[in-house]
Amino acid sequence: MKIHEYQGKQLFARYGVPVPNGEPAFQASEVAPIADRLIAQTGNPVVVVKAQIHAGGRGKGGGVKVAKGGSAEATALAEKILGMQLVTKQTGPEGQKVRRLYIEQGLDIARELYFAMLVDRERRRVAVIASTEGGMDIEEVAHSTPEKIVKLFIDPVLGLAPYQGRQLAIALGLTAKETQRQFLKLVASLYTCFTAEDCSLLEINPLVVTRAGDVFALDAKVAFDDNAEFRHPEWNAMRDVDEEDPVELQAKRSGLSYVSLDGDIGCLVNGAGLAMATMDIILHYGGKPANFLDVGGGATQEQVKTAFQIILRSERVRGIFVNIFGGIMRCDVVAAGVIAAAKELGLKVPLVVRLEGTNVEAGRKLLDESGLTIQSASSMADGAQKIVAATRGGKAQSGA
Amino acid sequence: MSILVNKDTRVVFQGITGAYGSQHARACIEYGTKVVAGVTPGRGGQRFEDKVPIFDTVEQAVRNEGADVSCIFVPPVGAADAITEAVDAGCKLVICITDGVPVLDMVRVRRFLEGKPARLVGPNCPGVITPGECKIGIMPGHIHKKGHIGVLSRSGTLTYEAVGQLSALGIGQSSCVGIGGDPVGGMDFIDVLELFNQDPDTHGVVLIGEIGGTAEQRAAAWIKQNMKKPVAAFIAGRAAPPGKRMGHAGAIIAGGEGTAAEKIAALEAAGAKVAATPAEMGVAMQAALAAAR
Repeated sequence: MKIHEYQGKQLFARYGVPVPNGEPAFQASEVAPIADRLIAQTGNPVVVVKAQIHAGGRGKGGGVKVAKGGSAEATALAEKILGMQLVTKQTGPEGQKVRRLYIEQGLDIARELYFAMLVDRERRRVAVIASTEGGMDIEEVAHSTPEKIVKLFIDPVLGLAPYQGRQLAIALGLTAKETQRQFLKLVASLYTCFTAEDCSLLEINPLVVTRAGDVFALDAKVAFDDNAEFRHPEWNAMRDVDEEDPVELQAKRSGLSYVSLDGDIGCLVNGAGLAMATMDIILHYGGKPANFLDVGGGATQEQVKTAFQIILRSERVRGIFVNIFGGIMRCDVVAAGVIAAAKELGLKVPLVVRLEGTNVEAGRKLLDESGLTIQSASSMADGAQKIVAATRGGKAQSGA
Repeated sequence: MSILVNKDTRVVFQGITGAYGSQHARACIEYGTKVVAGVTPGRGGQRFEDKVPIFDTVEQAVRNEGADVSCIFVPPVGAADAITEAVDAGCKLVICITDGVPVLDMVRVRRFLEGKPARLVGPNCPGVITPGECKIGIMPGHIHKKGHIGVLSRSGTLTYEAVGQLSALGIGQSSCVGIGGDPVGGMDFIDVLELFNQDPDTHGVVLIGEIGGTAEQRAAAWIKQNMKKPVAAFIAGRAAPPGKRMGHAGAIIAGGEGTAAEKIAALEAAGAKVAATPAEMGVAMQAALAAAR
């Protein structure tokens, strides 16, 4: 789960990570008093108006603007940014609508650094990644100048050791005494935040040093580990449903795992690996999957029906492929769910069903006797070819 | 021969009285697995299905029933604790089926396992089976056939798909290991490949990977250097868009890394026969075996 920059900074502040002063705004009319307050607090006439969307690359997309002319200019900028479709390299071409702003004090920046913490799968540790090249695309830095990136790993028993903080400070050239003291405190606080809040990613790009030598997190990209949601009831209040695909959200609430894609063949599969493989084989035979959908191991008849509803919410769907290898899941339960859904929803698009595994005979018998036009498939390849043919009004390609 | 589990394996089920745990304990017992004990705190002294003794702790199950492998069906909130309990009690193999264990819990578990002789499979996995001898987990037993191919996978149902294809071609399996789809887990591809390489009864291996991370690339490098037996492979997720989590917490293409294409290229370079579609995993193994003859 991702949260907004301003929520990430509120989190940072609770752990003692220094962040610039700022306040969120949901309407342009809220901006002027916030800007006036910030200018009065800091004595600096510059404020920054920042679009709050979950995707990165906001600055380049025109979602971050500096106001040097006080609250009137800040309000004018806010009016432009609020409601715009902000397109960044992470949003896709359709962009994301800006519904929230963050108004922040301007800083007198001397240096921009990169700082991140994440779980490293290979080392099975929390990794710290830092670079002198702040404000840039870190993947690009890693690719072209890997020597400018420092990476170290934290022992979960020891926690972040003081020497590791010093190593990072030296690598980033933070040698001035007060600056280094602030940095060491920031690093320790961030690690506490990472573990206590069950983060999967904390990224600060840039982490800045001001001309006065103070250290601030100028950005905050925070993602939580979804598996830890059971011990963080407070996450729910931070969730911004506007940033999530409404269909994916409905699926999640029904215990289904769904990702919407841009093709026209709906897929209903049990198991994540098989669901991905089903998308792959549809693609192989010349079709395009409309979604990833894993009904899970122990899906009920009701969940199968919900899965159908979710798939059919997309107007692009021209056919549905049900691919079930029943291990835990009984094929007769799936078949009953498919029949109930097809009848209740008045299914109009072609349906191909492939059932295998536990109680497969009972499941096939139910489908055969249902009176519905369901094409049954003898294997995954057979099913994929049948659904591609049915939605293309002809034959499937014999494989790319 | 086989790897990890066989007819003499004595299994304790942690979480045997839960809905999920009891259903699968029953299926494993029916398959012929020696389920010698169950553990549910507070239920010590009772029996599961009037037969299997239930204990409050794994230590009691090991001491009284000689359990040497644990199978965990404990909910995510207690799963990491259950793993460490089993290891401390002396289980040599711990198989954690639980889906949804927090990643930082697993980081601590991995640190705890360092220097200990116990092996961990999972979490978020279907388990381990040696056909005809011992099934520990949630896989459907009847699709398996005793034989000489090792199956190794990050995904559950896709493993069943591969096993079903192999059995239909008359190709039996020595052992099948689902290592799970989480970013931080127990045994990885290389750990299991080493065991299959050493097992005289395993003549070839089917490796099933998916998008996300670099575990398949590292496995490919290891295969190139060390593997004495033919390998067939499939990588799921060619059709997956970047940045989206595909069900498994680990299955996400991040920063352009972890794509199906780079994994397939690495495995092919290592000499593995990579199936073009998930429907061809069985025939890919058949072809790899024929080419090795």
